[in-house]
Amino acid sequence: MPFADSTREEAREIIARYPETRSALLPLLHLVQSAEGSVTPDGIAFCAEQLDLTTAEVASVATFYTMYKRHRTGRHHIGVCTNTLCAVLGGDTVWASLSNELGIGHDETTADGEFSIERIECQAACTHAPSVTINWEFFDDATPASLSDAVAKLRAGEDVQSTRGPAIRDFRATERTLALPDDGLAAEGPSADHRMLAGLNAAKANGLPLRDTAEGATS
Amino acid sequence: MTTPLTPILTAHWDDPDSYTIGGYSRHGGYSALPKALAMEPDAVIGLVKDTGLRGRGGAGFPTGLKWSFVPQNDGKPHYLVINADESEPGACKDIPLMLANPHALVEGVVITSYAIRANHAFIYIRGEVPHAIRRVEAAVREAYAAGHIGQNIHGSGFNLEVVVHSGAGAYICGEETALLDSLEGRRGQPRLKPPFPAVAGLYASPTVVNNAETIANIPYIVRNGVDWFRSFGTEKSPGFKLFSVSGHVRNPGVYEAPLGITMRELLNYAGGMREGSELKFWIPGGSSVPMLTPDHLDLPLTYESMAEAGTMLGTATPMLFDHTVSVVKAVTRWNEFYKHESCGKCTPCREGTGWMTGLLETFEAGHGKESDLTVIDDICGQIAGRSFCALGDAAATPFPAAMKYFRDEFVAGTHTAADDAFNPVASTVLTGAVTR
Repeated sequence: MPFADSTREEAREIIARYPETRSALLPLLHLVQSAEGSVTPDGIAFCAEQLDLTTAEVASVATFYTMYKRHRTGRHHIGVCTNTLCAVLGGDTVWASLSNELGIGHDETTADGEFSIERIECQAACTHAPSVTINWEFFDDATPASLSDAVAKLRAGEDVQSTRGPAIRDFRATERTLALPDDGLAAEGPSADHRMLAGLNAAKANGLPLRDTAEGATS
Repeated sequence: MTTPLTPILTAHWDDPDSYTIGGYSRHGGYSALPKALAMEPDAVIGLVKDTGLRGRGGAGFPTGLKWSFVPQNDGKPHYLVINADESEPGACKDIPLMLANPHALVEGVVITSYAIRANHAFIYIRGEVPHAIRRVEAAVREAYAAGHIGQNIHGSGFNLEVVVHSGAGAYICGEETALLDSLEGRRGQPRLKPPFPAVAGLYASPTVVNNAETIANIPYIVRNGVDWFRSFGTEKSPGFKLFSVSGHVRNPGVYEAPLGITMRELLNYAGGMREGSELKFWIPGGSSVPMLTPDHLDLPLTYESMAEAGTMLGTATPMLFDHTVSVVKAVTRWNEFYKHESCGKCTPCREGTGWMTGLLETFEAGHGKESDLTVIDDICGQIAGRSFCALGDAAATPFPAAMKYFRDEFVAGTHTAADDAFNPVASTVLTGAVTR
């Protein structure tokens, strides 16, 4: 078993959150993926052992969800939304450009192990189309140039800031956050960006009052 | 007269600390909780029933009524599960809400749990949004530290544990029973109903599953009352709503307005269509509801008015597409999505989405066979109402709606590829003659 004692300790911590242990399976799969970069047979065996399930039961779950990768992933994972709205607003172009630049296709990894890329479905960031994620952190309003620049910086080990979140770490670090979300980064990034504030700013520009009476303001 | 925007959930998103307990409490946050705890749980349910609040996740089911279905004094544990699996194409309002105002959701969770007598609540957030997960997790921790969650909350004798749970990438988990299976550590596949979750939900116990925005309304309702809430919106669609407006508009973003505002008014607030652009079609609430045209811009965005127009309010997250966009391409891409996300449990959806998508792709490529339009329509008829859950119905939605308004474009797909009829470069907001 390649998993450290600390991973076992973290697994126990996750399991303890739930009234029934099997509920811990999704976070545990994120945990083993953070340790190994993908969900390996060892990772499946680890989850099965922790939860008293068979490896077949764990594998059936791991294969259902697209975020669990069953083959080697890159240090960084880049997702480009090519669902309808993002696609027509430029997602198809951003995807083609990224795929050409890295010389790989959907769900593939560069030979140097730096990048995996994926055509993703709606990321709930349609107001920020074309929506791109780097290690699942928002990289909003992407263009071929902005993404190419980010790829170059990540390759050079330079900082790339998420548009609504922390400095980009790596794929495994995000997977760890999904298992253990208290990673100390909640205060990174703005409360809201200009698109999230579009309505509030329009209301203020129109001199509209706040309507929450607990504020002491009324209509 | 123009319907005014009503920033309520969004009122303080421009505060640099809006997502912290300090920022939330400064504007009256957590003042609803002691008020609710001083009421009988049934009185809280009654209050929410009287407001007429309807679920903000898409179906619009009355929230208070849903809560009242939970059997009381049944000796079983009760659960509250928040559906924050926002994945509907077009919908982007729950994620912004959790980034900027997670404490409204958390306070709502505590009050709702008290009302339905649940001592354990789960907030299920899709896995692809780590920053929203962090913000909600931090909010829950702050609320524990402040005594708003935990044992004997503010001396009321009420105990509550709240767990933030990350999903792992599956649109189907937005369906409430699939979400429950997923939360139980299984493949996220829908369950046969009945029994409904209110009777046999999480761990076969009575469970309320509510959308994140729905529950974020609760503290404001408890604070300000029924008349205040009903002063927004219409009789059948009371209250205010987060409208995320996206597409070929000048200022896409989140606009909070009373239900009943029109698309034309929202479009004006969003700065109108981008320069040199003409609205071609729009979708009021996610790709799973039928599309509309510029002829429908003056209809009130309410559950009842959208139903009359043959569509649904859905998530109330309008997507607007201009004259540069091929309807055939748009519909094909949505169908590829439904095919990808079909969970495979039932045959009509699993097989039907594949067949439909394959045929639609021939029209997008410009070599469709006109008689196949009837075949696609027939497949839609075989899926809608015959699949296990609403994903199948959703998959059968975009094509018939598009045919109603744009049949000619599909017929053109028998000889001309979508990308030849509509230059894809023109529809982007990246470069080109038409810019945002």
